[in-house]
Order: sequence, then C-alpha cells, then structure tokens
Amino acid sequence: MTGTHRLEANGLTLGYRDRIVVEGLDLAVPPGRITAVVGANACGKSTLLRSMSRLLAPQSGQVLLDGRQIHSMPAKELARTLGLLPQSPLAPEGITVADLVGRGRHPHQRLLSRWRQEDDAAVAAALEATGTTELADRAIDELSGGQRQRVWIAMVLAQQTDLLLDEPTTFLDVNHQVEVLDLLTDLNRGRGTTIVMVLHDLNLAARYADHLVAMAAGRVHAAGAPGEVLTAGVVRTVFGLESRIVADPVSGRPLVLPIGRHHTEGADRAGEHGAAAGMRERDALQGGYARQPEERSSPGEPEA
Amino acid sequence: MRVLWLLLAAVLTALLGAASLVIGSREVPWTDVLAALQGSADNLNQAAVTKRIPRTVLALLAGAALGLAGAVMQGVTRNPLADPGILGVNMGASLAVAVGIAWFGMFSYTAFIWTAILGAAVTAVFVYAIGSLGRGGATPLKLALAGAATSAALVSFISAVVLPRADIAQSVRSWQIGGVGGAGFEGIGRMLPFLIAGAVICLLAARPLNSLALGDELAAGLGERVAVARAAAALGAVMLCGAVTAIAGPIGFVGLVVPHLCRLLIGVDHRWLLPFSALTGAALLTASDVAGRIIARPEELDVGIVTALVGAPFFIYIVRRQKVREL
Repeated sequence: MTGTHRLEANGLTLGYRDRIVVEGLDLAVPPGRITAVVGANACGKSTLLRSMSRLLAPQSGQVLLDGRQIHSMPAKELARTLGLLPQSPLAPEGITVADLVGRGRHPHQRLLSRWRQEDDAAVAAALEATGTTELADRAIDELSGGQRQRVWIAMVLAQQTDLLLDEPTTFLDVNHQVEVLDLLTDLNRGRGTTIVMVLHDLNLAARYADHLVAMAAGRVHAAGAPGEVLTAGVVRTVFGLESRIVADPVSGRPLVLPIGRHHTEGADRAGEHGAAAGMRERDALQGGYARQPEERSSPGEPEA
Repeated sequence: MRVLWLLLAAVLTALLGAASLVIGSREVPWTDVLAALQGSADNLNQAAVTKRIPRTVLALLAGAALGLAGAVMQGVTRNPLADPGILGVNMGASLAVAVGIAWFGMFSYTAFIWTAILGAAVTAVFVYAIGSLGRGGATPLKLALAGAATSAALVSFISAVVLPRADIAQSVRSWQIGGVGGAGFEGIGRMLPFLIAGAVICLLAARPLNSLALGDELAAGLGERVAVARAAAALGAVMLCGAVTAIAGPIGFVGLVVPHLCRLLIGVDHRWLLPFSALTGAALLTASDVAGRIIARPEELDVGIVTALVGAPFFIYIVRRQKVREL
C-alpha cells in the first residue's frame, strides 16, 4: 500500500486562466521517503501539490502515478493511493473526532455499502498512530491547534495512502510543529508511507526531509539531500535572501541563518571598533549581547 | 441514541398527523374520525374529517420534502442560511407556474410540476451565481442576500403577471402564499413520483455531502467528484422543492429550521441527518398547519404564514450568532 508507488511530474505547466504559475516542471518523488517542497510565497509550490492530487489539471505535461496519468484515473481509485491534506480543511461544527477520521474511509466505500470491520480497524489504527484515541468522542471545536492537526492527519491516514500535505505546520506553535513533523516521521519510518509536504520553515524542512525540493518562479531550482540543496546560493536565488548556512548542532543538517539589513556578518566587529553608537544601543536593546562582543566573536562556527 | 431520536420523531409525526385529522374549525369525536378514515362520510363530522385527510397527507409529504431539501441545500452550499424559501427557489417555482397559467393556459398538475421544477432550477442556479460573485465566493450572507433580493423580485413578478388577469387571480392565489388547505388526492398523486425520485437522489447524496462538508479540496482528495456530487444533490433538492411548490405553493423556513434542529440532536453525519430532517420536517409542517387552524378559528391561516412566523425569528437568531460560519 505504501512505499512502493512512484509519483512523478513531467514537463508540468500549471496555471489559472492565462496566468502561468508553474512552467515545465520535472519532479520525481522518491518512494518511501519524506520530500519537503520549499520556496518563496507564490513560487507555485501549493499549486504543484494541488496538481499532484488532481485538484488542478495541467495545461501541459503530466503527473504520473506508477506510470499512469492521474488526471485520467478514476477519482476514487486515485484516492485509494494518494491522500491530500489541504492547508485549511473545514470541520463541520460539532463533528466528533471519530466521525471526522471515519470520513477518511470515503474512497474505500461504495455509494450504498455498509461500514465494514476493516473501516473500523483503519480508523482505530489512524487514531492510535496519531495519539488521538482518547479524543475519539470529543468535538473537534474543543481541541487545541496541535491536537486538531493530529486529528486531520489521522483522517488522511484512515485513507491508507501515501500523503500529500500542504503546510501541515502552519498556524501551529513551534512545539506543535515539531510534534506534527515527528509524527509524520514516525509514519514514514514505521509504515514506509511516502510523504510529500510543502513547508514554510526552511530549517524544519532541512531537518525532517530526506529529499528537499527548492522551487523558484515555478520551476525546481534544486532538489536532493538537504545538505546538498541548502546552500547560501540556493537560498539567495529562491528567497532573495542573504544567509549563512551552519550545521544544526542538534541534527547535523544544514541550518539557515538569515542575514537581514540590520544584522550583517560584520556587525560584531563594528561593535568592537566602537563604530556607530546608535547601532550598539539598538543591539543592546535587542539582546544585550552587543555589550560583550568578545563573547560573540568566539570562533568555531561549523561551515556547511 | 440516534435511533432513539429517530423513533421519537416518528412517533411525534404520527401523533401530529392524527391531531391534524381531529383538530379543526369543527369539533369531531374520535368515532367519526375513525369512521371517516374507513371511507364513511355519512354525517357532517365525517365529511369534515374526509376533507382533512388529503390535507394531512400533503402536509406530511410537503414537510418531509422541504425538510430534506433544506438539509441538502445547506450541505451543498455549506451555508447555514440555505433554505428553499430564503434562496428564492420556491418563489421561482411559483412564478413559473403563475406564468404558465396566465400566459400559456396551463391547467394540468403534471404541467404545473414540470414547470415548477424548471423555475426552481433556474432560480437556484441564478441565485447561486449572483451570490458567488465577488471576493470570497458564495459566503453565507451573500447567498442569503442574493436569495432574499431575488425572492422579493419574484414576488413582484408574480403580482405583475397575475394583476391584469382577474379571471385567474383566485386560482393563482395559492402560488403566492403556500398552503395545504386546498389539497386533493389527484395533485398529491401526481406529485408523489417526483418526490420519491427527488428523495432517492437526495438520500444517495448523503455520503458525498459528508465529504463536501470538509471543504472542496479535501473532498476531491477523498475521491469525490465535487462538481458532479454538488450538481446531483442540488438537482434532488430542486425536484423536491419544485414538486411541493407546484401543489402546495411556496412554503418557506421549514427547510431552514429543521436541519439546524436535527443537527443539534443527532449531529452532522448526513446519513442520519437527511432522513431525520425529512421526518422532523413532516412533523413541523403538520404542526404548523394545525396551529394555523387553531389560532384563527373559525377561519384558518395558510401554513406558509405560520411557518414564516416560526421561521423568521429563527433566521434572525442564526444570523445574529457571533459569526455565520460555513458548515
């Protein structure tokens, strides 16, 4: 069921009316791995995901699942292989967790078929995997943001498919972001579920993805292991942002340190030489470290 | 629990149906009611009850159809304010029938029903298109406003069509204000096949509606063909509204109140919500009809007026809730 399906895009051009968002994009999703798609706002990453789940028909090119064009597959058959969690799904007012997760069984049911044992088993397993079993009888409206997101993931899990997720961590506190990404990693490691997700946070993407896809202006700018893809040059092209890349002391993956207009790499030295007093004051206000510049200039930052 | 509510609703509906036979401008003892039910019309009492039988049947059927149609419309549009009356669908059906009678000399029930369904369908598409214009698509309030405005315009059109025709004014009156008082078994019989077809389509839409409730994107991800499902469910609802309006005239608010009440009692699963809404709709319309006979004794209020009296405050309550969220 999972970890064996090949999903790829060939020469994909996508757009709305006459506005082209994605042009001539090629992408191969490694089966059984976690792929993260990153890129600036409006670079086409959500549009790409919409097309890969058949919400949007390509203007040219194709999306292939195991060599078959998904846009000509029966809707339910596709939905038994590929599940989608959009950015902001709607929860009917007062719906219970169990009822919501049960709706993930839709593609496995016929118009009049009854609820079967395997449906129950799939729902129970999905609740279990996401740690939401105790919430089963609660109404969605009562849950915290993190719990709610886990329930949504349980819903697509009940579908028993590979997963496409559009920014699954948006609107979540950082602890819940990590919780959700840990959960997805568990699913990937434990069941071999192929996961493709659009992520905003470069550093979390680098930490959790096996395969990182950086998009710019509707094309794949770079794709591969996070360590290869995330360079200062790529960040500059993709986000138009200067940055330092260091090794994440926690995971060893690349960590992007953005450089804004107010914090240049020479800022500490500027403090040392007693330049612009105003800048020193502002630095002091922001963190107090400008007062001890010698501490900050301690070397040994690992270069990626 | 849900089964219990369903049984309770069934019992209540049956009781109200019985009350509808007993209560009226003339007091009738039970013995005469039972005799009348067996086909006897020997005295005035029994004759009065005999007249109440088709009226009760129509109230039950029309209420069930409108309750079901309202629940489906709310599901299709994900709009808590959707109702065949508020969206102008019933008024569209009425105008179509009025035009048919005034300009084309239409007179058969079957013609009324087909025309009414056509009018209902055109109005539904029109209102949905108007309500979807602009930013944010068909939000609840925009859709309700488009429906209310269209409804008001349609009422004026009906008057414009009927006013110069004193000869048909009386017969067209029942398509201006809904009522079940003039019911006969012939009209009911003609309406029934359409109601059954519409109800079957609506009930088959239960599962797709459950998916649509999670948003179009997720529904598509679950393998639902969103546009097809929505169109099919809407067609079922339009058939129900058109057929009912052709026979009973435009009756509003049943389709608004009933699904909300039902959702409170048995939740948001359309597989339960739809049949429960049908039962509760039958109960509400029958109760309203009986109430209309009691309030205005010895005259009677048309049931369309009674449901408006009940439904309008409810409508305001829903709009006034802190935010009108999509379903």
